Amino acid sequence: MNLTLKIWRQEGPNDSGRLVTYKVSDITDDMSFLEMLDVLNEQLTAQGEEPVAFDSDCREGICGMCGLMISGQAHGPEVTTTCQLHMRSFKDGDTITVEPWRAEAFPVVRDLVVDRSAFDRIIQSGGFISVNTGAAPEANNLPVAKPKADRAFDAATCIGCGACVAACPNASGMLFLGAKITHLSELPQGQSQRDARVVSMVNQHDHEGFGGCTNIGECSAACPKEIPLDVISTLNSDFRKAKQA
Amino acid sequence: MTDTQTQDLPGGDMFTVGEPIADTKAPGGPIEQMWTTAKFDNKLVNPANRRKLSVIIVGTGLAGASAAATLGEAGYHVKSFCYQDSPRRAHSIAAQGGINAAKNYNDDGDSTYRLFYDTVKGGDYRSRETNVYRLAEVSTNIIDQCVAQGVPFARDYGGLLDNRSFGGVQVARTFYARGQTGQQLLIGAYQAMERQVAAGTVEQFTRHEMLELIVVKGKARGIIARDMVTGEIETHLADAVVLASGGYGNVFFLSTNAMGCNVTATWRAHRKGAYFGNPCYTQIHPTCIPVSGDHQSKLTLMSESLRNDGRIWVPKRREDCDKDPRDIAEEDRDYYLERIYPAFGNLVPRDIASRQAKYMCDEGRGVGPMVGDFRRGVYLDFSDALSRMTREQIDAKYGNLFDMYQRITGEDPRVVPMRIYPAVHYTMGGLWVDYDLETNIPGLYAAGEANFSDHGANRLGASSLMQCLADGYFVLPNTIRNYLASGPYEPVSEDAPEVVEARQSVESRISTLLSINGERSVDSFHKELGNIMWEYCGMERTEEGLRKAIDLIRALKDEFWRNVRVLGSADTLNQSLEKAGRVADFLELGELMCIDALHRRESCGGHFRAESQTEDGEALRHDEEFAYVAAWEFGGEGGAPVLHKEDLVYNFIELKQRSYK
Ligand SMILES: Cc1cc2nc3c(=O)[nH]c(=O)nc-3n(C[C@H](O)[C@H](O)[C@H](O)COP(=O)(O)OP(=O)(O)OC[C@H]3O[C@@H](n4cnc5c(N)ncnc54)[C@H](O)[C@@H]3O)c2cc1C
Ligand code: SF4
Ligand code: FES
Repeated sequence: MNLTLKIWRQEGPNDSGRLVTYKVSDITDDMSFLEMLDVLNEQLTAQGEEPVAFDSDCREGICGMCGLMISGQAHGPEVTTTCQLHMRSFKDGDTITVEPWRAEAFPVVRDLVVDRSAFDRIIQSGGFISVNTGAAPEANNLPVAKPKADRAFDAATCIGCGACVAACPNASGMLFLGAKITHLSELPQGQSQRDARVVSMVNQHDHEGFGGCTNIGECSAACPKEIPLDVISTLNSDFRKAKQA
Repeated sequence: MTDTQTQDLPGGDMFTVGEPIADTKAPGGPIEQMWTTAKFDNKLVNPANRRKLSVIIVGTGLAGASAAATLGEAGYHVKSFCYQDSPRRAHSIAAQGGINAAKNYNDDGDSTYRLFYDTVKGGDYRSRETNVYRLAEVSTNIIDQCVAQGVPFARDYGGLLDNRSFGGVQVARTFYARGQTGQQLLIGAYQAMERQVAAGTVEQFTRHEMLELIVVKGKARGIIARDMVTGEIETHLADAVVLASGGYGNVFFLSTNAMGCNVTATWRAHRKGAYFGNPCYTQIHPTCIPVSGDHQSKLTLMSESLRNDGRIWVPKRREDCDKDPRDIAEEDRDYYLERIYPAFGNLVPRDIASRQAKYMCDEGRGVGPMVGDFRRGVYLDFSDALSRMTREQIDAKYGNLFDMYQRITGEDPRVVPMRIYPAVHYTMGGLWVDYDLETNIPGLYAAGEANFSDHGANRLGASSLMQCLADGYFVLPNTIRNYLASGPYEPVSEDAPEVVEARQSVESRISTLLSINGERSVDSFHKELGNIMWEYCGMERTEEGLRKAIDLIRALKDEFWRNVRVLGSADTLNQSLEKAGRVADFLELGELMCIDALHRRESCGGHFRAESQTEDGEALRHDEEFAYVAAWEFGGEGGAPVLHKEDLVYNFIELKQRSYK
């Protein structure tokens, strides 16, 4: 197929950036969206124009490194990561707009690459269980009921891609935050730090410039790992309890 | 230090032979007590002195992140580096299947000794006994540690941990977290490391790439790294350096590795004197989604567990290859694994399943689209399983894998048979290390997939994650302690000649890459190298092919430095520049891999030399000649590499031929 791409080009954090139009041809159904961009980049290199910078690593939908706004949708028209989006989701002649994640807390580094280190700082503020290596008790001494284990697992599958933030009109990181809170709160191991954890993580979230949650639900709809919206309820209720404590 | 009797060795015109080497660190005595003895004998560091001691760790995968967390907890000053935007994205995240540990929760006869035995045998007797025993010994602590961190392993209805069994063994010792074990383990290690970042013991440098090792007075003292956002070339100094930078499977261009996986960190150390062990041992995984066209950028693994219920076949006749598989009658199908290996059938080990698939396609009986002039695929068919089990049962077992396959290929494996083909998956070679995981450069350590020691010529499923975490959580913190106890080492100044030299070499390499301004993109070189490697140093190797490959690689390398086109500048984010540096190193590594493969005229594990097979076509080892580790020393720019042999001494396990017939 032949496509028209409108791609955000921005040389660096201080450049204002603009959409530039490119044409690509001979795109096949079985290419991933990123492979289609690889084709474009080979073409640009041949013409002596600098290739478009974008992030990716595993190209398997698990590392969370890729992430583009594709015609206004985080990761594109399907509920998956950009690397797992295939060109069979598009038609010959389509015009596709490709932009980076937009959020104050995710500054653009270059072209389609953004800085998501705010997520790491949220984890640093309490997204862990404090146990030193060598200090762990025998694993089976602490059984975990299957339903709790399953819910913890579902929340733990967040890949930290940032699509939730990009999809949210408030640029809130509550789905990401709620997923970590829920993962650790469901487990017996996570109880002793439960209150302190939620307070400090929420504070860090706000400090980074993410917006508040107004229950719009775009985050969960865009999440490639289908993290359910109710992790935000868990987050809120843990936060309230911790404040009362 | 080299001698001249290389002419008798296969490929001896390509290298010279140096002095034999040996691991001198493993303490003597019974193997069950070695690690306890070593931990006791290793010197201690007083807690107050620890913060004056510093360690650089390159890599934040399971090996690097667990080491950073643990050394940070102990109070050392740690600097951690990765090329991704967050440590949480290291390639370990992609591991699906599981992690082994000799917990014997099922009381099915498992033990430390059995895990040790299975691992040595599975590695075709080319790993080091003492290191492997220790791996088995600490394996159980890994599970305890991860559970305490909140890693959500699968559990049974009683709330206890669940296990399954994995290719090549008869006990259920694999712990797993759905199909995302690597992700969950890595998040655990990452969180432990971030806790230390908050505590101030670990300093984290993301989007930083190590481009050179600094060696001062014979000791590893730091690295040169490039800030990939600003392009700044930075010098980082420390008392010790750990490379936990993963494997080099991307030398093949197409592999199941993440796009950024590279050999640069270990290759630069190799050029500075660190020996490279067994570079030719590549693991090829039989169940990957086949290549669909020229633009493919990477391959995706389908969990090996699919072979439990799927049956593998190709058409008996070439004419049937482009037919709809559903129209090929039962009697016209060749279930070749069941035919050749009736005892193991579709569950033969990875190397055997892979090689047979290749033979079928080489014979012209492959299926799927033509890629070049070949069809590279065989069927993995679930129709029998679907008639035996309900749709719900099969979906509960494999549903997410089926969906993943469907997303990539556009075909539903519940309706048409899946197509699979082998792909490069893992590399057993890596920097040579001793029992302490120290390379031959004092103060330089290698951990995880970046070292060579534990898997021999072949890696059993679920044992790499185990090794990475064993190295990072339990081994390194104890062995580095011994080294650091003699520190802090004399401070190194940024103006020291060795530091200046390292920095200048990085700068000049970058400016050279940017100034060539030739005709060809970096990717085009990488793809061409990958084709050469796959064709001649892939699943099957011959002397003739390897010699041809070496010539081709030398010519390609020459062309690269004359004709590569890298646009943009050095002082911004520049992904072509990043790739160019990595491909330049892959070109050198590829040549060494071929030389290593050429000299090892035997078949073992992931190394199959066509000249060395039994009458019925199985791999034939030659223990009298080749029961050694090939540790290669860099021979200087344009010089021949030097082979140092470490004899593999088996005191506790008897060497046997593997047989799956
Ligand atoms: C698809 C797939 C499935 C797998 N499944 C399993 C399984 O089920 N069980 C199992 O046991 N094993 C499995 N493996 C193998 C296992 O995942 C890897 O061997 C292991 O995770 C390697 O971990 P590591 O810590 O050594 O390195 P990695 O996780 O590869 O980490 C490398 C780190 O080094 C950094 N780095 C690299 N080069 C540089 C540089 N020059 N400068 C700075 N930083 C650098 C990277 O940023 C990264 O942080 C699988 C592998 C793949 C590909
Ligand atoms: S919650 Fe979903 S969308 Fe948000 S970071 Fe995690 S995986 Fe991505
Ligand atoms: S590149 Fe890893 S999730 Fe897309």
